[in-house]
Amino acid sequence: MLKDITIGQYFPGNSVVHRLDARFKLLITAIFIIMLFASNTFPGLCIALVFFLIAFIASGLSPKLMVKSMKPIIPVIIITSVLNIFFIEGVPLLSIYKFRITDNGLRTSGFMIIRLIALICGSSLLTYTTSPIVLTDAIEQILRPLSKIKFPAHELAMMMTIALRFIPTLLEETDKIMSAQKARGAELDTGSFTQRAKALIPILIPLFVSSFRRAEELALAMECRCYNGGEGRTKLKTLVSGGKDYLALSISLLFLSAVMLIDVGTIGVA
Amino acid sequence: MIRTEKLTYTYSQGTPFEKTAVNNVDLHIEEGAFVGIIGHTGSGKSTLIQHLNGLIKPTSGKVFIDGEDIHGKNVKLRDVRFKVGLVFQYPEYQIFEETVAKDIAYGPSNMGLSKEEVDTRVKEAASIVGLPDDLLERSPFELSGGQKRRVAIAGVMAMRPKVLILDEPTAGLDPKGREVILGQISEYHRRSHSTVLLVSHSMEDVALYAEKILVMNKGEVFCYDTPPNVFTKADEIAAIGLSVPQVTKVFGLLRQKGIDIRSDVYTVDFAVKTIREYLEQKGRVS
Repeated sequence: MLKDITIGQYFPGNSVVHRLDARFKLLITAIFIIMLFASNTFPGLCIALVFFLIAFIASGLSPKLMVKSMKPIIPVIIITSVLNIFFIEGVPLLSIYKFRITDNGLRTSGFMIIRLIALICGSSLLTYTTSPIVLTDAIEQILRPLSKIKFPAHELAMMMTIALRFIPTLLEETDKIMSAQKARGAELDTGSFTQRAKALIPILIPLFVSSFRRAEELALAMECRCYNGGEGRTKLKTLVSGGKDYLALSISLLFLSAVMLIDVGTIGVA
Repeated sequence: MIRTEKLTYTYSQGTPFEKTAVNNVDLHIEEGAFVGIIGHTGSGKSTLIQHLNGLIKPTSGKVFIDGEDIHGKNVKLRDVRFKVGLVFQYPEYQIFEETVAKDIAYGPSNMGLSKEEVDTRVKEAASIVGLPDDLLERSPFELSGGQKRRVAIAGVMAMRPKVLILDEPTAGLDPKGREVILGQISEYHRRSHSTVLLVSHSMEDVALYAEKILVMNKGEVFCYDTPPNVFTKADEIAAIGLSVPQVTKVFGLLRQKGIDIRSDVYTVDFAVKTIREYLEQKGRVS
């Protein structure tokens, strides 16, 4: 069950997408998200999807992986789309009892589904092809100008690195503790809601205790290596941008303007 | 008591990370035996023992406890887990209750026993592992590492399982602490007549306490026999990267030097006796 979580997972590879500068990848992902939410027409949305498809094919990842990354958000998608179908005013197409399905409702929920799926796929593509360490490095560099107004860019990046680093460790630990308590007769998946919530205590407390222990050990290990914040710290691997990065950025900007144009055009016609 | 039939377990089946941890294991462990399970890291010993109380479902093959298939239709896995108590590696990390007594009581309370019965069992288990009464009302998080470990072991012993499995109960302890815990486990075995499986990678520990030794190699059973019989295969055991106890090695070297001395010596006490006998025979000691 815990093994299905793919958030923050990285699949090493050597495709163009893998080799792009992480800072540009972040920017491009942001542009893609703007595309998704700026387009209010189906043609506009289609252009954004074509853009994603090109990037996805270039990455050489298996479609299965993308489908797997969708799994956890399926309930969210279903709930939002159902709410949208029933609660948006418009020309009624079908009415059951007090609920009415309207053309606007259908349209909005259709958009919502496509947007949500594309959003998850797009950001998964980023994390699947970029190692977490490089990614946080990129975030730190992008946010660095903000440190002039006392924004803790380095600290934020370090926190993200540590959090990402410990996701698999904590999952493994949870798995172990669950097994140990099951061996002592814990029942985790039967009983009423309160019973189940109570059954979690023997798992959560050891987990918290060990997280604090790990945090302390990590802090000590960092101090032993003279870590004292981002000031004057140099990188072993610096991010380098080249021609292909600017090319990729231009392509995405091109797509973005296409989306904008189509939207403005259609709105103008309508 | 415990029987496995062609037990096989493959991790991450169908992915590039696929790995067979336990391969076609046929095993029969007699009731009341004290078995030492030995093998390299990654030899499948931890995976094997997690099958015995149903925490892992075999990819193929069967596990029988008391002649009953534990994945059979009418068997509740929870009952199997009360019958086969498993102490994990570094068990002190599973402690969660406010007091030592409450933590030890977690297992027996899950069995649905009366409060009095739980109390007796907690006291009994605590005394087996040598936890003094005044510790029982303290918070387990204030105890030392070795004491925490003993609390965790007592937590499983208190369920009075017919089979007690311990996965490296002495890992990370100093020699004194190791001796104490192993002695207590041996005492528990002697008193309760239960079957005990002790996973370890120290031949010395296993040689001292186990009646039988199960040697695992690459997910398969390399041999399952009494310590003297296992240690006579010193060369084969060395070939799979495990070592026999140091005294056994010494005796092997003595034999190589042409001294006619027995080869099945594996504890220091017995070694002393053997050397004495040998020298007496030669007439050098009066």
